[in-house]
Amino acid sequence: MSTEIEAQGVAPGANVRTHSTHRSYLIGLGYAVVLTLASFWASSTDLIYPHGVPILLGVLAIAQMGIHLVFFLHISSAPDQTNNILALAFGIFVVGLLVFGSMIIMAHLNHNMMPMDRLMQMQR
Amino acid sequence: MSAAEQALATDDAVPVSLRGPAPTRVVAGYGFWLFLLSDIVIFAALFAAYAVLSGETAGGPTATDLFDKKHVLIETACLLASSVTCGFGSLAVQSGERPSTYFWMSITFILGIAFLSLELSEFSHMLAIGAAPSRSAFLSAFFTLVGTHGLHVTMGLCWLIVMLLQVATLGFQPMVSRRFFCFGLFWHALDIVWIGVFTIVYLGAHL
Repeated sequence: MSTEIEAQGVAPGANVRTHSTHRSYLIGLGYAVVLTLASFWASSTDLIYPHGVPILLGVLAIAQMGIHLVFFLHISSAPDQTNNILALAFGIFVVGLLVFGSMIIMAHLNHNMMPMDRLMQMQR
Repeated sequence: MSAAEQALATDDAVPVSLRGPAPTRVVAGYGFWLFLLSDIVIFAALFAAYAVLSGETAGGPTATDLFDKKHVLIETACLLASSVTCGFGSLAVQSGERPSTYFWMSITFILGIAFLSLELSEFSHMLAIGAAPSRSAFLSAFFTLVGTHGLHVTMGLCWLIVMLLQVATLGFQPMVSRRFFCFGLFWHALDIVWIGVFTIVYLGAHL
């Protein structure tokens, strides 16, 4: 049905069907497999400077999430997707606040707390 | 798509901005997308709890002692493969092909079950060696985060069965194919959450 509509010259994005094909899923699968194997490899290799590994894992994970969004969830810049993109941006903002905010606050509290053995001695 | 929507979509005289309300499929997809994002915010809170508590083992087993990378790689492969077969199934639903819908969605279901049984075997092994949620704050956070993801997969599998029954009884009505579309979004979103789980929980443990 979607090809019929396209043949009649409708503007791109006016079509309600998502432009998903078997090919886009297979491309997505290829990227995802490579990124997954890369992150499993990176976590167990000695070839990378150890303090850089967490950053590499983070980059690989975010890249794979992007691949899944584009090739599996078909998030695109099409006109009928504008609201989805805005909602996604807000979702990423909230997730970032929650995760990094919690980690910073808890690390800060932990840093300012008296060591646990000293605290126990005071309570005696 | 209903006949009226199709007529609107094909009418060249009317500009996109004046075509009135968006088609139901776009609106339904947007609403479900909002639900998925709020669900991901729940997972973000659980990830934050895990990140804060992952070192608090209270003298019990640590993440390095407990997690087996090979096991996790197989789980990841199951979920990733099921995401792709679910995508193929969605394409079959869109083109109204009954046999290939059943075929791809059954494979999705089997891979989902394989993932769940691997996860449950891991959980029961951990419980057997005394690494229960009550052992330490780290284990409470672990079981809450990974368990919530597993619960979502279980709900997704129940939803998939209901959808297959609806295809069998109602056929490919616009309503049914919209629901299938939302199921696909849900299943792919679970795979995105799993990327976070295997990176932070399982691979992070061995650093």
